[in-house]
Amino acid sequence: MPRGYAGKYLEVDLSREKVEDITIDGEILEAFFGGRGLAAKILWDRIGERWSKVDPLGPENIFTALTGPMTGIYPGGRICCSGKSPVSNGTVGSTASTEFAHELRTAGYDGVIVTGRAKDPVYILVTDEGGEIRDAGHLWGKLGEETIKVLNKEVTAELTKRKPNVGLWKEPGMIYIGPAGESMVRNSAVMTKLSHAAGYGGYGAVMGSKNLKAIVAKGRGPLPDVFAPEAVKLLWARAHEHLISRDSFRRWGTGYGGWVTGAYYSSEPVRNWQEEWHDERSFGGPRFENRFWVKKYWADFNCTTSCMKLACVKTGRWKGDITDNPDYELQSYLGTNFGVFDPADNVHLSALVDDLGHAAIGVGNTVAFAAELFQRGILTEEDLGFRLEWGDAGAFDRLLRMVAKREGIGDILAEGTYRAALKIGEMKGVDCMPYAVHVKGIEVGAHGTRSDNDFLAHDVSYAVSVQGGDHTSAASDGFRELSGSVFNDSAVVCSFARAPQDLMFDFAKAVTGYPITIESWRRETGPRIVTLQKALLLMGGPDVTWEPVVDDENPPRFYEPLPSGPYKGRTTDMELVDRKRAAYFETLGWDERGIPTGETLNKLGLGELELAMSRLRK
Amino acid sequence: MNPIWIVRDYERCSGCRRCELACSMHHEDWMWPEASRVRVFMPFPGLEVPHLCAQCDDYPCVEACPVEALTIDEDTTAVLVDREKCTSCGACIDACPGKIPFLHPGDNKATICDLCGGDPECVKVCHEARYDALRLVEEEMDENRKLFAMDPMIVAKDLAIKFFGEKGEEVI
Repeated sequence: MPRGYAGKYLEVDLSREKVEDITIDGEILEAFFGGRGLAAKILWDRIGERWSKVDPLGPENIFTALTGPMTGIYPGGRICCSGKSPVSNGTVGSTASTEFAHELRTAGYDGVIVTGRAKDPVYILVTDEGGEIRDAGHLWGKLGEETIKVLNKEVTAELTKRKPNVGLWKEPGMIYIGPAGESMVRNSAVMTKLSHAAGYGGYGAVMGSKNLKAIVAKGRGPLPDVFAPEAVKLLWARAHEHLISRDSFRRWGTGYGGWVTGAYYSSEPVRNWQEEWHDERSFGGPRFENRFWVKKYWADFNCTTSCMKLACVKTGRWKGDITDNPDYELQSYLGTNFGVFDPADNVHLSALVDDLGHAAIGVGNTVAFAAELFQRGILTEEDLGFRLEWGDAGAFDRLLRMVAKREGIGDILAEGTYRAALKIGEMKGVDCMPYAVHVKGIEVGAHGTRSDNDFLAHDVSYAVSVQGGDHTSAASDGFRELSGSVFNDSAVVCSFARAPQDLMFDFAKAVTGYPITIESWRRETGPRIVTLQKALLLMGGPDVTWEPVVDDENPPRFYEPLPSGPYKGRTTDMELVDRKRAAYFETLGWDERGIPTGETLNKLGLGELELAMSRLRK
Repeated sequence: MNPIWIVRDYERCSGCRRCELACSMHHEDWMWPEASRVRVFMPFPGLEVPHLCAQCDDYPCVEACPVEALTIDEDTTAVLVDREKCTSCGACIDACPGKIPFLHPGDNKATICDLCGGDPECVKVCHEARYDALRLVEEEMDENRKLFAMDPMIVAKDLAIKFFGEKGEEVI
């Protein structure tokens, strides 16, 4: 038995109402680690050659919520949600920080694998006694906040009833969906802890398609045994020392990004990326901090980064709205990208989006896309039922609710930006793709490539990534992300709790006992995971299949010159993109069209993909 | 050694729960949140309540124990549990105004903060992260202490009002 793992996974077949404990072979765990990597492996093993025929929103898809061997032990534990993605039709390792992760591990489970579809709404409860399927009829339709309240009360009461004498039961951890997931809004999120989202990939919709409202966990055991406990304790203290030393990040999180990313980096989406620059100082960090932050150092289990800021609006139109921060992504996607520059409006829209269970980046992108179509007269007041003017928070509020319930035009926008662009284009006889800012169906994170000034590798960050527009897994020049985001998402720890890489890899080795190094992840484990994800992405289907190279490309908007700001006129260099794309394929051992070669598949132990890949090669 | 007490300043608690990890590493030699003598409750996100022995001046738990398994540390004023004598009856939990003691998830014995013998690990890590939600004070017995032996739900409901105003009435 490898170390650092609780040792079993809970398998739940919702169609047959069957729950069982399963184990996964130690060799598979060593090869794919956990989270993002292991999810892709589980999916391929079970779906295999049928991949392109499986509807991501059908009962034959599989939803996974996995931890990794470092989860809960290394600072900043997360859960990694995956499955066949209803937006990219490949897989995404979509992570969120949550107490659900360590509750699952202390209950004795490394993850939950859900198949089939329940007849009626259910939730899954996981405790030291095992897993069970419970009725969720009373939870269906409920917003996030209400879901947390009801489940906290109900599950704590149930556990108290089962074991009344042990003292007070602490509330459980949980992941859940809001109305958006229930309506199968294609890019909706798996939510947790009010304002945390596994946003990329559309796994809220996958849970919704299975009639699965939530998974709740409460464990009373220790975190899993590790290979070298004394070393882990020392490394744990050092990792925390590092996190505590990052003073400004602890003070502000990313909650000061809404102004600075626009004004300085000029890489922030403004009015559906028509611009990436603004200098609205009224939207600066201090306005959020001084007026709304009621707890300035807010953290998740085993994390001293405290990048979260508990925010509440106390007066006025949006009185009573509670959210985290909003962090940079939400300040931009539910602020500047809507032309909204009022901090209170932004807190409100963030709280609303979380409560509805939307993914803020996804829906913020799609709804702003609709607003640009309105600006251009492609969508009209008649189509929408109202005017959707930039900056009108009330109008955006209204449309966000319509999307969550698939009402009116919301039904089309609920398909996500790419599919909505196809549908509206067909409906109106206009090419809407120039305004659709996505890569392989995944709406792009709030970091533009044109100013060449953001944290990413720019040019090809999204274009060649196996997770498309996901800014948390951006591709790099060379090999960096293989031991970076690919590792973090598979170890299932938070990228914001990352320490210097040598420390993190020592930690991984001390936990598991595996011969893990940065180099082994850059040479073997990282490429294995990314190559498997690439193969699944290329297989795609049934509704969408991506064209090699043609779709390994930035959104058209990223080639328009920036119209304003300090980098006015600058744009993404198309020739450089071509060179970098070729280099990326080469470093991973894929052919010139990005299809993994037989040699690479064999080298990485992925030989069983050869048949599927040979069909794609010309 | 002087008597000591751990001040709890709920609104400063980040919810990082590193106190639970430090406590369990000291007492259990490994990370075991539910065996930690300090447990951070979170009845609603943002409302984090560290829950640990308040060392009441009248020690109702010690009084209630039918087998004299609980004693008072003369140096620190902490409650000490004799795990051999404890019969897991739960009388100490019922007697505590804050239901703070609990039965250990491993050996099922009453479990109460022993102040780490005078140098509490939870306070150290909380201070290191500059939260100082838990702080050590050297002071004689104080009648106010037992007011902190309170159900975490009551604490959280008050915090909700403080943080969220009227909205706070609804969240728990």
